[in-house]
Amino acid sequence: SEDMEPVNMESMGHPEIYPLVLTTKTQEIFNCRIDEDVTDEQPYKLINKEDIFEDLRNRAAVSDFHPVKKIVQEYPGNELLLVYDKDFKYGLNFYLIGTEEGKENYLNPPEVPEEQEEYKEHIPEDVYIYKPPVSKPWVSLGSEKEIEEESVTESTKQITYMISRKRSEFGAPIKFSDQNASSVKDAYIECTAYPDKNFTLKQLEKDVGMQVIPQIKDISTQTKWTYPKNATTQYYPREFSEEEKETLKQSKPLVDFLNNASISVEIALQQNEIMNTFIDDWKYLAEEEGTFGDKTDTYLKEYQSFTDLHSPTEKMITCVSWHPTIYGLIAVSVAVRLSFEDRVHFSGKLLLQPSLILFWSFSDPIHPQLMLESPDDIFCFKFCPSDPNIIAGGCINGQIVMWDITAHADRIENIKAGGSRSKRATLKPMFLLEPESNKEAMYIRHCAVSSIENGHKKVITDIHWLSDTFEINRMGSVFENRSGICCQLVTCSADCTICFWDIRPQKPLTPQTTEKKKEESIEIPFDVPSTFLHLDLSWKPLTKVRLSKGETSLDHCPTKISLNEDHLLCKTQDKMLAQSKTEKAEEMNPYHNLESGMANLLKPIDDFCTKFFVGTEEGEVIYTDWKMEKDPETGRLMSKKPVSHHTIHDGTVHTIQRSPFYNDIILTVGGWNVAIWKEGVMTGPLLHSCCAPKRYTSGHWSLTRPGVFYIGREDGYIDIWDLLEKTHEPAQSQNICITMITYIKPWIFSSKQQFIATADYYGTLHILEIPWTLSRPSTNEMASVNHYFEREVKHLEYVEQRKKIREQEKKEMELEMAKKKVKTYQKSKEQMQAELKMDYESYLELEKTVLINLGLIKVTEKGSYMEVM
Amino acid sequence: MTDVEETLKRIQSHKGVIGTMVVNAEGIPIRTTLDNSTTVQYAGLLHHLTMKAKSTVRDIDPQNDLTFLRIRSKKHEIMVAPDKEYLLIVIQNPCE
Repeated sequence: SEDMEPVNMESMGHPEIYPLVLTTKTQEIFNCRIDEDVTDEQPYKLINKEDIFEDLRNRAAVSDFHPVKKIVQEYPGNELLLVYDKDFKYGLNFYLIGTEEGKENYLNPPEVPEEQEEYKEHIPEDVYIYKPPVSKPWVSLGSEKEIEEESVTESTKQITYMISRKRSEFGAPIKFSDQNASSVKDAYIECTAYPDKNFTLKQLEKDVGMQVIPQIKDISTQTKWTYPKNATTQYYPREFSEEEKETLKQSKPLVDFLNNASISVEIALQQNEIMNTFIDDWKYLAEEEGTFGDKTDTYLKEYQSFTDLHSPTEKMITCVSWHPTIYGLIAVSVAVRLSFEDRVHFSGKLLLQPSLILFWSFSDPIHPQLMLESPDDIFCFKFCPSDPNIIAGGCINGQIVMWDITAHADRIENIKAGGSRSKRATLKPMFLLEPESNKEAMYIRHCAVSSIENGHKKVITDIHWLSDTFEINRMGSVFENRSGICCQLVTCSADCTICFWDIRPQKPLTPQTTEKKKEESIEIPFDVPSTFLHLDLSWKPLTKVRLSKGETSLDHCPTKISLNEDHLLCKTQDKMLAQSKTEKAEEMNPYHNLESGMANLLKPIDDFCTKFFVGTEEGEVIYTDWKMEKDPETGRLMSKKPVSHHTIHDGTVHTIQRSPFYNDIILTVGGWNVAIWKEGVMTGPLLHSCCAPKRYTSGHWSLTRPGVFYIGREDGYIDIWDLLEKTHEPAQSQNICITMITYIKPWIFSSKQQFIATADYYGTLHILEIPWTLSRPSTNEMASVNHYFEREVKHLEYVEQRKKIREQEKKEMELEMAKKKVKTYQKSKEQMQAELKMDYESYLELEKTVLINLGLIKVTEKGSYMEVM
Repeated sequence: MTDVEETLKRIQSHKGVIGTMVVNAEGIPIRTTLDNSTTVQYAGLLHHLTMKAKSTVRDIDPQNDLTFLRIRSKKHEIMVAPDKEYLLIVIQNPCE
């Protein structure tokens, strides 16, 4: 323990520091008393080594320096530094610095204290000691090679010439002469300028400022406009007041002027009336050739026909619709060809066969491309105008069936249309390799059907999508349609009602129904899209309009309807288009994301015509309103009475169609005749054809010629009517097939190709091509047809007026007759008797002559008879 | 009816005449069968044109003068009969 190692502060980074405790006695001995000899200003003291040794000898172990005895002995110098550790930094109140170096460091601390905390007011610089560079031997890094290459050195020695003249020639007179440079060879050397491609710059970018300004026009004639200055003028025209005008009128100069001027003016006017000098005769000549009856090329040419050869029973086609966007694709709905009794009889067998809508493509006449299944025979169907992948159809049992074929859309789009005629066909490589893979037609199950109890009770005869510009609510009032898609349907059925349906999910009216739904969880097959799942089996109509005949219980039985297609309010349409476009950009398909559409925020559209035409089974054409009104007595919603109602046709009206050119001209076909109506003219049809020899079974306007329409007959003929040619009979007739034509649908593919699809009773669909003459309207055809309709309207008005006049006349005649009768009654009795007697005598004579003629009385007897009288 | 009225009525009753107007030398309409704004427009523009036509004819031959101006357009024909103090403008639709 005597020789223990002194503890130093190596751990703190100062190995020369040895902490010590110095008692007051030691402090007195060494004159390092705290606060007297060692103060804050001078906390250290240099102690002689000898003194320490003396203390050690004197006090031995008691000496405070005992622990550091070794260090003191080993200390090289004479004086040791003892520092007062006021803060007990190293643990004890004093410490000894054990090395000379440490002592030096302490006494002369280096100018760069690294342990300065916080701020440094004055950053002490490194005292930079300039060290002159020490020359080192040259290390070559290859740069001298580059320098050698670049440097210019003489490769060969320069040749020097010295040229001098003879001294005698200096100062001689000089004679100049002209010489043409080109005459002497090598007299000159040319350095022509040439465009060096290295130096031509092509400006690829130009910084130009642009600003939108309204259109301006500069005009000047024979002058230069050196200081363009914008100037505007606002003015109002000078006018004469009435009195001034009157005075002027009376003034003589005006009268004279007019007399003179009017002569020349009248000559000019008459010239114009006589002949139009500016028409181009050649131009008018050419146009007139192709208008009327060029018999060579007016027949419908057979293009293709489709029959479903795989169905077990005999089918008929009930409805035909071309695909709105895809070329060469047409859909037909087929139904079994049985009468009602047979249907009931075979109902068991019929249940097993699927009822189908077939999609035919021009490229494959044998196999249908798609087959849509439905619970029962479809009698009418329509593609949704805003999304051709949604199809709505009406069934024979009164249900509406919805299909969503979005999943198969790419399949049908990539069908190569017939031959190489279509430029729109795009093929995917896999179809190229296996063109026959389309053989297996897909059966697509329907997405949703309407509720059986709440919908129609009998066959649905017509179905239409309502336009996407408006929608209606329960009362029948019309509102703006914000969603931009067609979301409502209208159907009419043989149960005498017209129903409006909405395909968006309705808010449940009663909570009970939702509970019921939860119980029934129906398993949906995985391949059926869930677009209309909310509608399936629970779909109720929005409103029902009943076509009642008034007091009797018999109602009208509608077969077809035609809605007003007036798309009004262009402004709102544009707004909505913009809105719907942004919406569509967000969602993939609006039909997969239908929101509940009963928002009260929709703006009602005023003055929207809610009237429409209905054709009935009895051959009547009714014009009625779908808006419901409140019955004042019962307070219930009642449908309005029809505005007008005519019985024109002798059989079921199976076509009511608006002309594609005129919004208010409607064609109705039924029974044995055709009628054309104008909306607004309530007195009767504009044209009412006489009875045809065969029943008319279908009809359609031509899509390009305003005065042409096609009618199909029950013997398989198509009658083509041209209102500008003949209005009492069809312009031409053509035989298509052997049986009744059930549906006609023309379609335009291009300005050169127009087809007409004709469906017949035996289930065959014929596609015919419409010839040039029937598809191309002549010049002014629209004006002429318009003129014709106006004439007919006037004719109707005339007829009405004549009716009135005739009635008047009739009344007058009756009055006269009444007067006469009154006169006869006023005759006196004698007169009456005399008259009676005369009548009797004349009668006797008559009797005699008759008997003589008959030979019953002989003429000779006549004399005796007379004598007796 | 005054002569003025009679003459104008006669002119107006010709086949195809759309409108007739009498304008003074400064282009201010005096009598017209069309509405005010159309009249003012026709009067202003045709007055200018007539002056221009007149000066053109006179510049080419100072002894010549403009007697009648007919402007045929796609839709109709405008006839202007100028005078020292007045202008008679008739608009006719020559086609049927």
